Amino acid sequence: MKIRSKTITLDELDWNILQLLQSNAKQTFTEMGRKLDVAHSTIYERIKKMEEYGIIKKYTVSVDLEKIGKRYITAFMTIFTDPKESEAVAKKLSEMREVVEVDTSLSEELLIITKVVAEDQEKLHSFIANKVVSLPGVLRIRTSIVTKKFKESGFPIKVSKPK
Amino acid sequence: MTVFRPAQRILRKLPRENAFYFFTSIGNYTGISADSLEEFVKRILEVNVKSLEFHLNRGDFEKWAEETLEDRILADEIKKLQQSKPIGNDLRDNLYLIVSKRHERLKKPAPRTPPKQEFAWKTETTTKQKTA
Repeated sequence: MKIRSKTITLDELDWNILQLLQSNAKQTFTEMGRKLDVAHSTIYERIKKMEEYGIIKKYTVSVDLEKIGKRYITAFMTIFTDPKESEAVAKKLSEMREVVEVDTSLSEELLIITKVVAEDQEKLHSFIANKVVSLPGVLRIRTSIVTKKFKESGFPIKVSKPK
Repeated sequence: MTVFRPAQRILRKLPRENAFYFFTSIGNYTGISADSLEEFVKRILEVNVKSLEFHLNRGDFEKWAEETLEDRILADEIKKLQQSKPIGNDLRDNLYLIVSKRHERLKKPAPRTPPKQEFAWKTETTTKQKTA
């Protein structure tokens, strides 16, 4: 990892470590070192540095809710907003428990795209009707309910095969 | 017990969180809303008929009339309409008729009540006391 005038450049080993962590963040430094053909102490140092510089933001957990009997639906909500209010709308949405992702996009109109989860369609509608539509600046909303998920992953990290 | 609200209360302008927001299906908001009974009457004529069908079938109009506007009479009339399952412009026309009629009725000033008899009774008592 090189740092030049506030720009951090990762080398191939850093990228490989990130790729391994993205697939399983619980593996040990020794396991990773073996896979990448480097000492575990090197892995430790690289990870520590990436944590320090905020490249690795957090370690999280992916839960299979269906296995514990929690059924839920996911929907993508596109919110057309008044440009003056869109920042405030995005911030308010980010504070809501049901909203798991908030992004903004500029096409013909300013849009906020959010990923929402709810127990069922009725609860999803009630959430949108009671908490989202009345936010100042919301012009209209288009919602698509996810019927089947084919893929979910993080940023695609380029992998080079270990020597 | 049915509590009848005074017309002024039913006709009030509502805060934005209590307005009626028109959707065409689950989560799809049209951008049209009504924050009073008067505005609601106008919106019935503007909104996509799919939205009217969506809300009538779910009982949303009836619920809003009863719980937010606090107008039990209007809620009952909308419920009757819902039971006849109208669709398309038939639904729009009938809903408009019901809501606009109710709105007109509420706008009319209430008839004056006759003055209370309390003062006359007091006078009578005073006269009796004087005689005694």
